Amino acid sequence: MKLVMAIIKPFKLDDVRESLSEIGVQGITVTEVKGFGRQKGHTELYRGAEYVVDFLPKVKIEAVVDDGLVDQVIEAITKSANTGKIGDGKIFVFGVEQAIRIRTGESGADAL
Amino acid sequence: MKKSLSIVLTLFGLLGISSTSFAADATLSAGDTAWMLTSTALVLFMTIPGLALFYGGMVRKKNVLGTMMQSFAITALVTIIWMVIGYSLAFAEGGSFVGGLSKMFLKDMTVSGLSGTIPESVFMTFQMTFAIITPALIAGAFADRMKFSAMLWFMGIWSIVVYSPITHWVWGPGGWLGGMGILDFAGGTVVHINAGVAGLVAALVLGKRLGYGKEAMPPHNLTLTIMGAAMLWVGWFGFNAGSELAADGRAGMAMVVTQVATAAAALGWMFAEWMSKGKPSVLGIASGAVAGLVAITPASGFVGPMGALAIGVVAGVVCFWAATSLKNMLGYDDSLDAFGVHAIGGIVGAILTGVFAVKDIGGTAGLLEGNPGQVWTQIIGVGATILYTAVASFIILKVVDVVIGLRVSDDQEREGLDLALHGERVE
Repeated sequence: MKLVMAIIKPFKLDDVRESLSEIGVQGITVTEVKGFGRQKGHTELYRGAEYVVDFLPKVKIEAVVDDGLVDQVIEAITKSANTGKIGDGKIFVFGVEQAIRIRTGESGADAL
Repeated sequence: MKKSLSIVLTLFGLLGISSTSFAADATLSAGDTAWMLTSTALVLFMTIPGLALFYGGMVRKKNVLGTMMQSFAITALVTIIWMVIGYSLAFAEGGSFVGGLSKMFLKDMTVSGLSGTIPESVFMTFQMTFAIITPALIAGAFADRMKFSAMLWFMGIWSIVVYSPITHWVWGPGGWLGGMGILDFAGGTVVHINAGVAGLVAALVLGKRLGYGKEAMPPHNLTLTIMGAAMLWVGWFGFNAGSELAADGRAGMAMVVTQVATAAAALGWMFAEWMSKGKPSVLGIASGAVAGLVAITPASGFVGPMGALAIGVVAGVVCFWAATSLKNMLGYDDSLDAFGVHAIGGIVGAILTGVFAVKDIGGTAGLLEGNPGQVWTQIIGVGATILYTAVASFIILKVVDVVIGLRVSDDQEREGLDLALHGERVE
């Protein structure tokens, strides 16, 4: 099992969710986050006081999937979240030791 | 109705029952009274909710309740002070500097007593709403850092020691600035220069907010601010056109020039900002509108539409410069620009009133009609107001500081006034 974590542009969330559903991903967790990468922030100006806003709003998606599905998931996110402009985000993949469904106690791939 | 009322009043007069202290010959005008009842409500509407929203949106979220609380509490506090002594010190017979104590507790106010053509009760309440908004304006200068208790003490004393005397100078019976012929229709000196300068002094005495110039302190919700500015704009018709104290042609002219100057200043600020900073901001156009309202306040009732246009444009551009450049040059932390908008706008308006006054409108000619002396009279009025309010505000602040302390602790300031002072917060 692998945890696929993707940081994407907020307005791309629905596209990414659809593309993941299509390849059989059963569930994802979404968090609104802020951060910075190579995409620069922006400046705000209030009565002459200038503020540089470094942290931009992004959406973080987390999905735990079976090892065999990982490449497809990466491909689906890469395609659906891509705008070609700077700031599209990144995908990270982690190993997952165990997964348990709380309701039934099922574990491993059955719990996904 | 009008006739029967005047007959009744005349009868009272003949029987010696009427106890009105002035304007004994006048009769009540239902039209004037109706307009002044309306104007009074409009001016109160400027402070709550107008100013509370205007200021509340500009502070950080942790201070929004504390800021709105200031407007609301000042409204209640000054109402009582005005009833007890403020009205008397401003409008009772007295010297040239301050009125007497004969109207304390409104003790001679009767249901039939008149002030001009309106009930004295209406006149007193109308003036009360001016006494309320003036200290409430000051609060913008020290937003985010003053103790609530110190704020109440300062505002209460300031209302008695500064607001009432200056009102007496300009509008009270025997006031020395009024006697000199100063033109201040609705409170350029009394309200705006007075509040703006007191605000600057307060900002200097209290010192800057923690992290000023280092941390970002953007307004937390400009939708509140633009709504508040819109309410100020609407309410200001009561402020300016109401200051005629009658429903007549001069009130109508005051309304026209108020609208024209406000629009011109809103555009003036907007275009100045657009050209120099790249974008026309919402806060900018709202601030410009308020600057225009401030500047036309002394002039309404004296100038015509073209004068209003000029006053508005100048106020918009000059106040933009004051709030964005002057403040940074001098380095004071006037959090919400009480000085940059109200004092600077008030000074621009007061002096330009002397330039653009039209004899046919207000009975006094200005510089453009060949009366340069009026500009000098206006400058004396501006100077006297600045000097008195600056010195008196400084002394009051220092006394309150020694007795109970002006500023919240650093921890309270970081936590935010809402939670630290009022035990509440906005999520």
